[in-house]
Amino acid sequence: MNNRTLALGFGAAALGMLGLAFASKPLYDTFCRVTGFGGTTQVAEAAPEEVLDRTVNVRFDSNVMNAPVQFRALQTSMDVHLGEHGLAFFEVTNTSDRDVSLMASYNVTPHRAGIYYNKLECFCFEERIVEAGETKKLPVVYFVSPEMDADSNLADVRTITLSYTFYETDNFRGAAKSAALN
Amino acid sequence: MAMDQVSTVHDDHAHDHKPGFFTRWFLSTNHKDIGTLYLVFAIIAGIVGYTLSGIIRLELAQPGIGPLTSLMEFFGYSGDQAIEHAKHFYNVVITYHGLIMIFFMVMPALIGGFGNWFVPLMIGAPDMAFPRMNNISFWLTVAAFIMACISMLIPGTGQFLGFGGGWVLYPPLSSATGHPGPSMDLLILSLHTAGIASILGAINFIVTILNMRAPGMTLHKMPLFAWSMLVTAVLLLLALPVLAGALTMLLTDRNFGSQFFDPSGGGDPIMFQHLFWFFGHPEVYIMILPAFGIISHIVSTFSNKPVFGYLGMAYAMVSIGAIGFIVWAHHMYTVGMPADMKAYFVAATMVIAVPTGIKIFSWIATMWGGSIDFAVPMVWAIGFIFLFTVGGVTGVVLANAGIDHILHDTYYVVAHFHYVLSLGAVFGLFAGWYYWFEKMFGVKYNKTIGYAHFWTMFVGSNLLFFPQHFLGLNGMPRRYIDYADAFSTWHFWSSMGYAVTLVATLIFFVGVIEAAVRRRKGVGNPWGEGATTLEWTLPSPPPFHQFNELPEVKPQEHH
Repeated sequence: MNNRTLALGFGAAALGMLGLAFASKPLYDTFCRVTGFGGTTQVAEAAPEEVLDRTVNVRFDSNVMNAPVQFRALQTSMDVHLGEHGLAFFEVTNTSDRDVSLMASYNVTPHRAGIYYNKLECFCFEERIVEAGETKKLPVVYFVSPEMDADSNLADVRTITLSYTFYETDNFRGAAKSAALN
Repeated sequence: MAMDQVSTVHDDHAHDHKPGFFTRWFLSTNHKDIGTLYLVFAIIAGIVGYTLSGIIRLELAQPGIGPLTSLMEFFGYSGDQAIEHAKHFYNVVITYHGLIMIFFMVMPALIGGFGNWFVPLMIGAPDMAFPRMNNISFWLTVAAFIMACISMLIPGTGQFLGFGGGWVLYPPLSSATGHPGPSMDLLILSLHTAGIASILGAINFIVTILNMRAPGMTLHKMPLFAWSMLVTAVLLLLALPVLAGALTMLLTDRNFGSQFFDPSGGGDPIMFQHLFWFFGHPEVYIMILPAFGIISHIVSTFSNKPVFGYLGMAYAMVSIGAIGFIVWAHHMYTVGMPADMKAYFVAATMVIAVPTGIKIFSWIATMWGGSIDFAVPMVWAIGFIFLFTVGGVTGVVLANAGIDHILHDTYYVVAHFHYVLSLGAVFGLFAGWYYWFEKMFGVKYNKTIGYAHFWTMFVGSNLLFFPQHFLGLNGMPRRYIDYADAFSTWHFWSSMGYAVTLVATLIFFVGVIEAAVRRRKGVGNPWGEGATTLEWTLPSPPPFHQFNELPEVKPQEHH
């Protein structure tokens, strides 16, 4: 091959690696969702059919990052059987005099339980608008998959903590900075 | 153009016509001149990076925030203001020390300097495959360096100048949260530019090596330095675009409202660490592999033996390069990854010790039973083997995730990577400098000065970095401007070690000036029959255009 063809080929390889760097974003998301990596919880369509005797204690944790709201779990913890439906409530109150748009990030610890922690319904799937002074009750419907019982890596798991952090969506610094520049 | 070529032929029958000063050095397309430019550039950038490390050691010589507070008072700040400015300035200094030494000293010197000079000579090529692209690479690197220096002097965060988030550029310190000022944006542009320069250079090297070897020189007969440059260039080609991608995401996060690394929008700052180290780990091999190549030639030349296990040496470099891409997360054991993943990265990392061991033992086996001449380059090469091995052993210690949880971000890590880079790569650089000095510049250096440089540098850099192992094992965190009094003894001696290397550096420049003033005429091959590669068949310095008749490598000839 002549020099030019070879150089173009290697240039294409470099561009391909650049493309892969950007492809890592969706790949990273997919990887976390599929494997439950980092305590990423799963989304389920239907509840499992069997319910086991083994129970886990599910604890609830609520955090706020840079948003003028109060956010708390209405129960500290609940015991559920593997495969059993759990219904938990959170409550968010907008303490400011303006409407805020909130988005939650979430995971469970221990991280290795993420693959077995399924949500049927959650306020965390989409953006929420809470009006000035408003208080909203937010339900989560979940179950811990019975398959967890078969996984020896999780034999010692008695407690799973579900954690949420609320962010104000139009409050992130990048947008603030680009708005300031315009 | 046509006229020029005709007149060249008429003017100069020796084919050694050199263009005028400006054309020769600013519009250069000659691989040897560009190599010299890179070396001069690396020396200048090295002075800047070395001065920054001097500021670090000056500040850390005693507990408390002393010298930098005085410096800030000199600039008109007082009280707490002076201390706050001193702290940020310290962060800026450690950040730019790392970036400048990596991107603008070691890489330009080893790859741009020695690579450009000797890859075409060793493989019997008249020049690089794309001489003009070579010129573009060099000047982009210069532009990148100037931008990096300017970014130290413009607003980073609040009233503080420059980016102080460490050379790894982790968000949120490097995102708009930590450093909203233009300093980080300019630094990103600088690294993008340096990256493009290196990618173009890498393509140039690969095409040159694959397409322009002399007749008869198969890949398996190619000198090991050319092999090391081939592997390095492939690593550059595959690793740097990933850094470019991560930096571009950072740039859009900072300025255009994307949220790749911002958890409030579903992003993840840990992803930056993955992308950064996917580049960063091959990068450390990019810095050390060319030194491996240089050391192989020197050890073989001065042992008067062909290198032991040539093919093993070549493929050890290939496998180091390949494995280097699948071990990146050992830089980030503490981010909370599962035990299984840590187990994989521990095992994969340890595997690298195998090809590295092959190289170390093959160098020793090359010396074994050889007729060893302890010439100046040889003592540097032996120093390299010793120091690199020390750094390699602490690397195996740090590869263990359990131990790393304790030693992560301590001075033990600092000592480890300075042993492999500051002592390893830099000793490789000086070894190459004293090996090829006469070849490149056509004059002899003073051997006594060369030995004096080696011994002061060897003593100084060991005194500088060895105590840092003790500091790290005792819990001294890296990147801190101040420390508990209990750490003061070893910090003091470490700073004394810096003072000794300062003397060594002065000796280095005395040696360069002495050689330039005395101008003792060099010979084509000063090293005798041990020096078997093609560059030694040419006069010193080589003619402006070499190999008018392509050299032919005969089948039975040794590389």
